[in-house]
Amino acid sequence: MTSMGWLLPLVQILIVLNAVLIAVTYMVLLERKVIAWAQSRLGPMRVGPHGVLQPIADAIKLLLKEDITPARADKWLFTIAPIMSLVPALIAFAVIPFGGHARIFGRDVPLFIADVNVGLLYIVSITSIGVYGIILAGYASNSKYPLLASLRASAQLISYEVAITMMLVSVIVTAGTLSMVAIVEAQLHNHVWFVFVQPVALVVLFIGGLAETNRTPFDLAEAEQELTGGFHTEYSGMRFAMFFLAEYANMIVVSAVVTTLFFGGWLPPFPNVGWLAFLGWIPGWMWFLVKCFVFLYVFVWIRATLPRYRYDQLMRVGWKVLIPVALANLFVTAILKVWL
Amino acid sequence: MLRAYIPIFLFILVGIAFAIVTLIVSRLVHAEKANEVKLEPYECGIEPQTDARDRYSVRYYLVAMLFVIFDVETVFMFPWAVVLDRLALFGLIEMFLFVLILVVGYAYAWKKGALEWA
Repeated sequence: MTSMGWLLPLVQILIVLNAVLIAVTYMVLLERKVIAWAQSRLGPMRVGPHGVLQPIADAIKLLLKEDITPARADKWLFTIAPIMSLVPALIAFAVIPFGGHARIFGRDVPLFIADVNVGLLYIVSITSIGVYGIILAGYASNSKYPLLASLRASAQLISYEVAITMMLVSVIVTAGTLSMVAIVEAQLHNHVWFVFVQPVALVVLFIGGLAETNRTPFDLAEAEQELTGGFHTEYSGMRFAMFFLAEYANMIVVSAVVTTLFFGGWLPPFPNVGWLAFLGWIPGWMWFLVKCFVFLYVFVWIRATLPRYRYDQLMRVGWKVLIPVALANLFVTAILKVWL
Repeated sequence: MLRAYIPIFLFILVGIAFAIVTLIVSRLVHAEKANEVKLEPYECGIEPQTDARDRYSVRYYLVAMLFVIFDVETVFMFPWAVVLDRLALFGLIEMFLFVLILVVGYAYAWKKGALEWA
């Protein structure tokens, strides 16, 4: 490869990585603010006007905090666990298409890092590595609460992963491809966002997404009242912050995947309707970010609204409701695909 | 073909490097005032009596085994879903039989109470 051939992906990677990290820190602020407003509070107000600099203060604080390795913990695994949870959450962005192609400095630049023909499979496999981080964190801590929480979390993650993966297969049948870019283009050619073709898949995928990211109402792994903190009870300082980053980065991954699969990714609404063509003047990546933001808001909204599930209810929903629904949806989709 | 994966490998390297560099930077600047009590496992102020790595409920193993079966199943479905256009009715019946066999196992697990959590 030429030197330019290396440079472009590297620049893209650094931009995406920085954007994700900034988005994650501001996601925390958004969450605190929205929940505060939902509860008639003000939220963070001290650092900067209306607390807009709060994420920076948090980042500096976490960097400077004492980072304890408990005496009984497994030293190496205790450090590897947060890395194993954060890295998959970050590198999942490698195949997310933020836009189509753009002309920058007279060059045709793709607004995605890689378009591989197994894009969706890559995301599924990479994000499921994250569960190792959680199990290792619980095991390495050698403390009772983290161990219990990590067992809970891993059982929950793998239960919902089955339903999610099956639902993704329905979407693949509809689109006929695994490439994230091609899935968006399929929505352009079919003149419809897949949310209107696969509404059941969207609902199941989003419920599964809540469970996969350990968010309310499925945040049993972080049930403070029972487990004092969750699988990261023994963590502090930067290693704790990495679990936090991973959780929020995963939320952004889920939002981005839902946007790409169901809401036309970077496409403006109804791109084929003539009198709405003016919406195409807004660049594609902006549409993508707006759609992502809507889903991130829904994540916070749900947290502010719903109480936590009980563990047996959680497992029942995963195994006895979502999996049969996913299988039924898959076969209806496949039959319709072959029929028509 | 493989060229499309180069940026992904690059991203993996950058991601790992980011994580490690952050930890190193934090190690250089963070406060350090650990003492013996602080390094004990957290158990709400009670001194830990036994090792935390004890036996736990067999249900977790059960869930893990069911997961392996179903996840392998869905991995088979991915290539099938991509080429369903060309396989047409043959592919549909083939997958139907494959899933039917698994659904028998699923129904058995359900009936035996493997999916209950109480």
